[in-house]
Amino acid sequence: MTVTPAAATPIVRLENVGKRYGKVVSLKEVTLEIGPNEIVGLIGDNGAGKSTLIKVLTGVEPPTSGTLYVRGQRIDAASYSVKEAHKLRIETVYQDSSLGEKQPLWRNFFVGRPITNRFGFIDVKAEKRIAEAIMRSTIGFRGVGLDVDTPVSRLSGGERQGVAIGRAMHFDSDLIVLDEPTVALALKEVQKVLDFIRSIKAGGRSCIYIEHNIHHVHEVCDRLVVLDRGEIALDAPTSSMTYQELADFLMSLHHRRPVAAS
Amino acid sequence: MAHADKAPSNPVAGFFKIEGTAIALVFVLLVILFMLTAPRAFLGYRVYMSFMATVPPPMIIALGLTLVVVAGEMDLSFPSVVAFASYVFCQLYQSYDLTWLALVAALVTGTVMGFINGLVVTKLGIPSLIATLGMLFLWGGLVTVVSNGASLAIPDIEGRLIHTVLAGRIGVIPVQFLWALAVAVVVWLILNRHRFGESLLFIGDNLKVAKVVGIAIDREKIKLFTLMGLLSALAGVFLTLETTTYFSQAGMGYLLTVVAAVFIGGTSIFGGAGKVVGTVFGALIVAIIEAGLVASGVAGFWTRFYIGLVFIVSVTMNAAIEDPDKVPLLRQLRSRARN
Repeated sequence: MTVTPAAATPIVRLENVGKRYGKVVSLKEVTLEIGPNEIVGLIGDNGAGKSTLIKVLTGVEPPTSGTLYVRGQRIDAASYSVKEAHKLRIETVYQDSSLGEKQPLWRNFFVGRPITNRFGFIDVKAEKRIAEAIMRSTIGFRGVGLDVDTPVSRLSGGERQGVAIGRAMHFDSDLIVLDEPTVALALKEVQKVLDFIRSIKAGGRSCIYIEHNIHHVHEVCDRLVVLDRGEIALDAPTSSMTYQELADFLMSLHHRRPVAAS
Repeated sequence: MAHADKAPSNPVAGFFKIEGTAIALVFVLLVILFMLTAPRAFLGYRVYMSFMATVPPPMIIALGLTLVVVAGEMDLSFPSVVAFASYVFCQLYQSYDLTWLALVAALVTGTVMGFINGLVVTKLGIPSLIATLGMLFLWGGLVTVVSNGASLAIPDIEGRLIHTVLAGRIGVIPVQFLWALAVAVVVWLILNRHRFGESLLFIGDNLKVAKVVGIAIDREKIKLFTLMGLLSALAGVFLTLETTTYFSQAGMGYLLTVVAAVFIGGTSIFGGAGKVVGTVFGALIVAIIEAGLVASGVAGFWTRFYIGLVFIVSVTMNAAIEDPDKVPLLRQLRSRARN
């Protein structure tokens, strides 16, 4: 492996990306870069456009305007899809819609890209074996009566995040997007998720971490991006702001809101 | 929501974890019951041979419908697809003396109809229950128009190679039953071992999840309805070979029994889970209730009543097994018991 200059180019770059649903403008002219080995905290109120930004970035929905670059390559919006994003090694962990409740764990690890023969039949043994390995080593599920055949409905919220995160790790992604992974988690489980985010950094990968709790964001992120009504209100290294300054800034957005809305 | 209860390790629970054992037990109990109430019919072999001849068409349709229900969809148009395939087969045999080509033409007809059903469901966005109810009328009307409302009889097909291969007898065993079991094996493999089946499971489980993991939802649904059309047409051909007739209402009698077979078999009405083995026994159970009640001396008019009753009871039971809180009556009783 030779070190290419590409290492310096951002993993993804959004350029003037806009997204509207009918008359509702969710994103307007957003320009954002995610560099290699960088943990970026994405903050914003409900409806600020965080989810839309992620959907555009990960190929779930096409943008209505602007361009998307992955590792310097311009992405054709028409052919960009979740599958394409996976190929470009971008993974997403959604807070509540990453796992099929009634399906066993092993299926959930491989859904969307199963190990198959050329007739499309799934190699169940191989999938179960790898799922087992991920559970043991990557996410550390031991004992507790869980095995690869357990349906997701029997897992706790933290365990579900673990499975989704373990899946993202297994598919060796460069950029892992975490959509509010700590919502509805017990404190102990939150700490596990934060540890995982640190291990993404340690593993040389990048991460976009969407979170309501700004304390967590400030704790683990390298850079902070604040979205407000579809626009980027702040994009700064975490080191440039104390927790208190960040909190004050977010409060000031709140106070501006009624004025700007009228 | 997340209930980490019951980790069954006793042998009884283990036995019932094997797919279809519970429903097979119900079937055996019914057979024993009818042996007691109608010993003359049920202690002989003939009644079982006659089952094996008549069950394959509804069983094949029910197998296809199992996949449809797993994906959280419904297809009520199959009686008309059965009739259309039956008409195409009969007409080509009668007018042009085609046999295998008539079979192919009938299957292609059903496949195309299923494909169009899939387009209507996905591209027009009509919920499949309603869309396919509309298509039931549309296809049914069309086949009546095309056939001029007349019936066709092809009694001389008996003895032809196609009849021997598809609907002949090995000893006393009707061959079509073996074909139906072969279809069951294929459908089981599709659902449990093929990526298409996995897509259907996740689509039925949670559409949002299916979307974010990259499943092409519309394409898979169109494939699903197309396969359903193909299997309905196959059932139509088996029905035609067994009865050697076509009439425009052929298949209508299956509407209730097929849907009942799927749900009696334990496939979730909420989508995301399906039991192919259960459907096989579900189809057998529906058939044996029909035959058994008549043989036991219950007036024939009552059979539908009892199938309806078994249908409601088994769907409720299956929902309760999946999650007791999904049955409001049980939920109320449980919450009252807790207080």
